Amino acid sequence: MKLDAKIPGGPIAEKWDRHRFELKLVNPANKRKFNIIVVGTGLAGGSAAASLAELGYYVKSFCIQDTPRRAHSIAAQGGINAAKNYANDGDSIWRLFYDTVKGGDFRAREANVYRLAQISNNIIDQCVAQGVPFARDYGGLLANRSFGGAQVSRTFYARGQTGQQLLLGAYSALNRQIAEGRVEMFPRREMLDLVIVDGKARGIVARNLITGESERHVADAVVLCTGGYGNVYFLSTNAMACNVTATHRAYKRGAYFGNPCFTQIHPTCIPVHGDTQSKLTLMSESLRNDGRVWVPKQKGDTRAPSQIPEDERDYYLERKYPSFGNLVPRDVASRNAKDQCDAGKGVGETGLAVYLDFADAIKRDGQDVIEQKYGNLFQMYEKITAQNPYETPMMIYPAVHYTMGGLWVDYNLMSTIDGLFVLGEANFSDHGANRLGASALMQGLADGYFVLPYTIGGYLTGTDLQPVSTSHAAFEASEQLITAQVDKLLSIQGKRTVDDFHRTLGLIMWDYCGMSRNDEGLNKARQKIQELRGEFWENVLVPGQGSDFNQSLERAGRVADFLEFAELMIIDALERRESCGGHFNEAFQTQENEALRDDDNCSYVSAWEYQGIDAEPVLHKEPLEFENVKLAQRSYK
Amino acid sequence: MTKNINLTLKVWRQKNSSAAGNFERLEAKDISTDMSFLEMLDIINEKLTLEGKEPIAFDHDCREGICGQCGSVINGRPHGPEKGTTLCQLHMRHFADGDELVIEPFRARAFKVVKDLAVDRSPLDQLIQAGGYISANTGAAPDANALPISKETAEMAFDAAACIGCGACIAACPNASAMLFIGAKVSHLNLLPQGKSEADKRTLGMVRKMDTLGFGNCTNERECEAECPKEISITNIARLNRGFIKASLFSSEK
Repeated sequence: MKLDAKIPGGPIAEKWDRHRFELKLVNPANKRKFNIIVVGTGLAGGSAAASLAELGYYVKSFCIQDTPRRAHSIAAQGGINAAKNYANDGDSIWRLFYDTVKGGDFRAREANVYRLAQISNNIIDQCVAQGVPFARDYGGLLANRSFGGAQVSRTFYARGQTGQQLLLGAYSALNRQIAEGRVEMFPRREMLDLVIVDGKARGIVARNLITGESERHVADAVVLCTGGYGNVYFLSTNAMACNVTATHRAYKRGAYFGNPCFTQIHPTCIPVHGDTQSKLTLMSESLRNDGRVWVPKQKGDTRAPSQIPEDERDYYLERKYPSFGNLVPRDVASRNAKDQCDAGKGVGETGLAVYLDFADAIKRDGQDVIEQKYGNLFQMYEKITAQNPYETPMMIYPAVHYTMGGLWVDYNLMSTIDGLFVLGEANFSDHGANRLGASALMQGLADGYFVLPYTIGGYLTGTDLQPVSTSHAAFEASEQLITAQVDKLLSIQGKRTVDDFHRTLGLIMWDYCGMSRNDEGLNKARQKIQELRGEFWENVLVPGQGSDFNQSLERAGRVADFLEFAELMIIDALERRESCGGHFNEAFQTQENEALRDDDNCSYVSAWEYQGIDAEPVLHKEPLEFENVKLAQRSYK
Repeated sequence: MTKNINLTLKVWRQKNSSAAGNFERLEAKDISTDMSFLEMLDIINEKLTLEGKEPIAFDHDCREGICGQCGSVINGRPHGPEKGTTLCQLHMRHFADGDELVIEPFRARAFKVVKDLAVDRSPLDQLIQAGGYISANTGAAPDANALPISKETAEMAFDAAACIGCGACIAACPNASAMLFIGAKVSHLNLLPQGKSEADKRTLGMVRKMDTLGFGNCTNERECEAECPKEISITNIARLNRGFIKASLFSSEK
């Protein structure tokens, strides 16, 4: 199948308007006849389900948590970008577009990113109308800050809890539709298969996580908003239940997977403390606005930070990147922290940490100003580490945070399976090889509030959708497959727990497919993953029963998928013969150790087609054309 | 400083919502004080699994204190002894070697036990559905700066909006009242100019829904405020009560 991104013609600034005009409309009276399944209730899923229901569609919404208010969008701290230019500092839609394409290391689709920048302003309006309590200035107008590698102040924020407040906005809109009977909510459900009838996505089979029963749901279209796959590394900043299952199983049903090797390692996380750690905690990147990153100049310096005089400190980001300093993009900041620690200059008990120091900011602005800006973050840091960052520098280290890869989608956010739409972190589309700070919230809400509600109408009117019942053979086959897998997992009764396998997989991925990669390591990792997968299906120990609330069984299914999916990430990393953004292959670097792209040969999206568990997937390439942004080596010097 | 401690746990075990439950005694050995409480439970669960027993079911997700999915009662206190802290952010350094910990689910008439420590808090969603929103369809919003809101008002609304919906206030209340939960939501939305047009409807709707769902009423015990991991103030309940009286007397909303 040839990939067609369906990018509308015309100048970039007019594409979305033109497309919206050209999309066929659904008669308002007919909208209620269409059933749409939305899986996931984060920013993308919550906003999509609410907006579709407001338009009149009948929506079934699913989430794995006990309520739709908990998805991991809630943990986003720093903010959401928009091109409002309220700060009068030269921002514009064009600049947000340009920064996002450049920040993504020129591996995103121009038309999608431009649309994202256009819509960004509507998002802020919508959220304020819902009652999201964004930060304000004394005059009562909205406050902005600069964030994550941007030289303009375009980030809107709600203390350090922006994701929470935006998600509660979408959740309240969703609940309003539930109350009106237009959305039927299914919490504690996990989608375990996508059902395809006549080549179109027509439903899902989900497991009721309390009773263990399989439930069949028919729809005219299925929308996946199931987040990213960062938990393939076991330790990440993702919530414990974040997983790849929904998107991976859609991939196995024929949806192409885009750029799976593009993973973001976030520079400012609390360092790992020991082998029993279950997850990592992000310290918002906004801290880099006021915090200064440094390590001792001397290797193996074990003095307390307060004992190291100013001239024996290396503020390496300020030294290497004088114009961006501590605000370089995430991939650059992370790799530099790793380089310092690899060179023996890391601090703390493990030597795998660098300092993020607020002493100068506190001296300049006063502790009350810093507390106002970052109080909850400082408090969280102290709770976890028992150290007071007002008095001693924070210690930070990079951690897996976000996955730019995801199911391939066209301009309409439809995957290669007709009627299967993919939104938010679950798709690949807008961030290229590296996501800029405060862009994830923007993308999730753009997709859900303002893109899908239009594009799905175009699909529904233009498609012949015959009635399908839950007794269709395709549902029967999916349910049998799921039941067989559950039975198998419970019957192995081996010697290693699910978490034990997951931890082992995570270490392989972190060591060989993390911040820095090379062909030898990737090949080794591929073999190790195959072996681990083999062992999993012979030696995993899953307690309890299938007809029960069984959290070990839930995790076992997810880890089984990670064990397959991890190999796809490795294959993709091996295939891409360049370094870009979150993918850094040591063979491709400049003399200054920066990522070296190969625009002539590698300006493409890799979209992988499944062929079987042990078979090589087939690569399809979507060439990326840059007509509006000039390709250049990223420089933050 | 990191050190290791030994603890005795008495954990509530209950197969499902209709089964009877009981306490099970478990030893937690060699627990690093750098671990979080939930990481300690992870260790116990790994051990139970390898012994061929069923691990303890408990809800959790973000482990950053923001999603609101975790929560159990530790020695009589929802989310444990540390003020302003969710269970996932409670670290073992706050316990001493040899401590005995009684671990129970959040108990309330409106919350059914799903299994062990996991409970069904869906009545909280039903409360939100009774008015915890501003009716603003996607696309209908004016420019975000068209309506200035004083910093003071925005901050007060934010303080109320910080609720994570964990249900600790209800578990802490002798009457299992949800007044702090709805007081916080009503305050968040009614304080803001965007929320004013539906203020009375919201207040009446949420209070009445609370009564029908089996939550008790507020008798000023203040346990909710003391145990709230986000330290939501009971002034939100006072504001709710004022609004309720006013709406009951003067509003045309029924």
